[in-house]
Amino acid sequence: MADHTLIINGQSHTVDIDSQMPLLWVIRDVIGLKGTKFGCGIAQCGACTIHLDGDPTRSCSIPVSIADGKKITTIEGISETGDHPVQKAWTDQQVPQCGYCQSGQIMSAVALLAKNPNPSDADIDVAMSGNICRCGTYQRIRKAIHQAAGQTIRQNNLAEAK
Amino acid sequence: MEEKTKINRRKFITISGIAGGALVLGYALLKETKLGELVNMSGVDAGSEFTPYIIIDRSGKITLMNPKAEMGQGTYQSVPALIAEELEVSLDQVTVKLTSGEAKFPDDQQMTGGSSSVNTNYLPLRTAGAAAKEMLVKAASEKWGAPVTECYAANAMVHHKPSGKSISYGDLAERASKLPVPKKPALKDPKDFRILGKSSPRNDIPLKVKGKAVFGIDADVPGMVYASIERCPVLGSKLVSFDDSDTLKIKGVTQVVKTDRIFFKNHYMGLAVIAENYWAALQGRKALKVTWDNQGLDKFNSKDYEQSLRELSKTEGLTAHKDGDFDSGYANAAKKIEALYETPFVSHSPMEPMNCTAEWKDGKIEVWVSSQGAAWTRDEIAKALSIPKENVKVNMLFSGGGFGRRISQDFAVEAASIAKAINKPVKLIWTREDDTSLGPFRPPTFSAMKGGLSGDGKAVAFQHKVVSPSINATIMDKFDKSKVDEDMVEGISIQPYEIPNVRNAYVYSEIHLPLTWWRSVTASTVSFAHESFIDEMAVAAGKDPMAFRLGMLNKPSDSKKVLMKLKEVSHWDTPLPAGKARGVAQWNFFAGLCGHVVEVSRRKDNSVKVDKVYSVIDLGTVVNPDNVRSQVEGGIAMALTAATKDAITFENGKAVQSNFHNNRMLRIDEMPEIEVHILADGGPVIKGVGEPGLPPLAPALCNAVFALTGKRVRKLPFDLNNV
Repeated sequence: MADHTLIINGQSHTVDIDSQMPLLWVIRDVIGLKGTKFGCGIAQCGACTIHLDGDPTRSCSIPVSIADGKKITTIEGISETGDHPVQKAWTDQQVPQCGYCQSGQIMSAVALLAKNPNPSDADIDVAMSGNICRCGTYQRIRKAIHQAAGQTIRQNNLAEAK
Repeated sequence: MEEKTKINRRKFITISGIAGGALVLGYALLKETKLGELVNMSGVDAGSEFTPYIIIDRSGKITLMNPKAEMGQGTYQSVPALIAEELEVSLDQVTVKLTSGEAKFPDDQQMTGGSSSVNTNYLPLRTAGAAAKEMLVKAASEKWGAPVTECYAANAMVHHKPSGKSISYGDLAERASKLPVPKKPALKDPKDFRILGKSSPRNDIPLKVKGKAVFGIDADVPGMVYASIERCPVLGSKLVSFDDSDTLKIKGVTQVVKTDRIFFKNHYMGLAVIAENYWAALQGRKALKVTWDNQGLDKFNSKDYEQSLRELSKTEGLTAHKDGDFDSGYANAAKKIEALYETPFVSHSPMEPMNCTAEWKDGKIEVWVSSQGAAWTRDEIAKALSIPKENVKVNMLFSGGGFGRRISQDFAVEAASIAKAINKPVKLIWTREDDTSLGPFRPPTFSAMKGGLSGDGKAVAFQHKVVSPSINATIMDKFDKSKVDEDMVEGISIQPYEIPNVRNAYVYSEIHLPLTWWRSVTASTVSFAHESFIDEMAVAAGKDPMAFRLGMLNKPSDSKKVLMKLKEVSHWDTPLPAGKARGVAQWNFFAGLCGHVVEVSRRKDNSVKVDKVYSVIDLGTVVNPDNVRSQVEGGIAMALTAATKDAITFENGKAVQSNFHNNRMLRIDEMPEIEVHILADGGPVIKGVGEPGLPPLAPALCNAVFALTGKRVRKLPFDLNNV
């Protein structure tokens, strides 16, 4: 047990916790931010993706001690009202089905666009292939990333209607 | 699933009543009444069968009760939309609440599966909405002293045409609730629909993009502790002894209790490590020393089991369906072919691992859960804890995927039992390893196929013999081996191909493993054999696979419509460039009907790429086209995973696969482009949406692989990198 100071979504939290506890469980169960999800525990599915000093990171597989003093962003922290361009594109394209993986998908996409504002399909494959979606929303994720990047997409699913 | 047919037999009536000045309207189940009959609640004992779906209070707040679990299939929008359409409200004017296993809602309606959520509720819930609207309009006309014909409802208000005045539903609720319920409220003409039949945004999506949707795993109960359960990886082993002294030394661990995972008649013993946080529970679990008696089940392995299915495929089996005389038709055929197709165990692997939070208080239990049915959860817990159903409260939260896995309530019963044993609220979370390796699994089916062709290449004899263990045998107390298990031969005898001599059969195989329904159930495997073998027959006949199928579909059928549409949208008759090929398959089964044309190509490294899937789903009537497309896209991804990724295999009684590194799922770079076409002529039939996208994928893919490479895939899964 030791004190760890975590700066999550701009807010500082000091917690007395087992230094080896994965950051995921600290975020979810100690801090109480439940948007970050547990999927596999071994950094294979990406449901737990957060940003650590801006880099997409699998929070299930890093001990809390590594995050000490670093800037952590979770899904709750990317916009005040859910109007981040990526969230907007996700809504326009009606991406989520069950939605469980989507916090992680969105965090990976936000990180990708921060570094590469105009990603190609191949760039998207590389940046997003660490995030599993069992519902199979990948086609819409790809479209949403292109939309968020300001690229012309062939169709908006809802506008198409009927 | 028996539930599917029961739902259809349900007879609903509408009842109205007053609850705290609110208009409450819904359906109740009364044995002596007929579908659509409406009953006035005044003077009637509402009793336990009163089932309100619509609640309008004085402030104007409208609450629609949704009996269906939301696990990604879109029923959080599509089911309340049925009410909202007729009630003349939009979904952003209402609050949607999931039912909690309350006795006032029919049990069968509070179970989600079989692609049945929309089609079983289409008329009953529209009728409820229409009845409430008529009462609100009548209340306004009385208030205004104006003829009903001058009043109409729109946008949660009633309007008076001549004067232009209007009044809100909230202001009418009390007056409306005292009116008699219309016997047969007029339903809207579909051409006037505002919501149904149009692509509408899903009302759960804004929550899901913000991380605000509350899933079962997000439940937070004051004072709760966490649990992780150690169970024997050899399924069916008995606990002999354990030493928890090292476990109890771990900071945060408070106790260890014995558990019983109840999967229908099977019981699996375990040890729950209870701790102040989940991490400590996991560490404590690792420190346990347990001795198991494997009961000889550690001798079980997949290779031997598969060989036993191959041996069984040589036996005659029980006849499942007969047309003409297969034996003589086959004997006299100019050309005969046969083949054995093999499919594996697979896991469901929803992204949210099994979990449940439970609190035991004064002989009652309350749970927070991602489940496919509040009624199932309630009943299984009541049975296991020997308490009345009324003493179980089920809080239904969003499910992070279901796919059939969350029909089984083993995990919820574990949590409830632990909560009772430790007398504290507890959150049980299965690890991904538990989820992957402990089942229940989709059972394998092997299919022994025979086909006979006439001299001019017409199909004259056909046999599909399914060899498999049985889901029903593993879950039912008594299983009659002398009869065909119809669930295990799903759809093989209802494909409309006109073949004069057919004998389909079933051969049962014993197994000790827990098995269950997996999205599209047995159709997901037998379709692979059936539609691949039809392709083999086309090749043997020297015919184009599409033309060969259409040649056996002279009478009108939905399958014919689907294939004709596929032929058109996939440009089937336009040859593909060298290095590309396509394959086709369709499957008609209990949940609905869909067909795919899959296009594949060779990469430079010789691996096969799945480029594109053209898909046609036959619905009759469609509620939310964009959501239908989502479901077909998802079904294709799930079927592609099952066909080309990892199976669950067993060695020394244990599942070899444990997590997503060796039970791999399709990823974004492997996703083909998908183009979905919906056949919806608006007829009275409404087919299912959630499952039909899966069954035709594997055969259409393997038929395309054959067209590309000349290699016939007869065993799933197969590796696209090594064809």
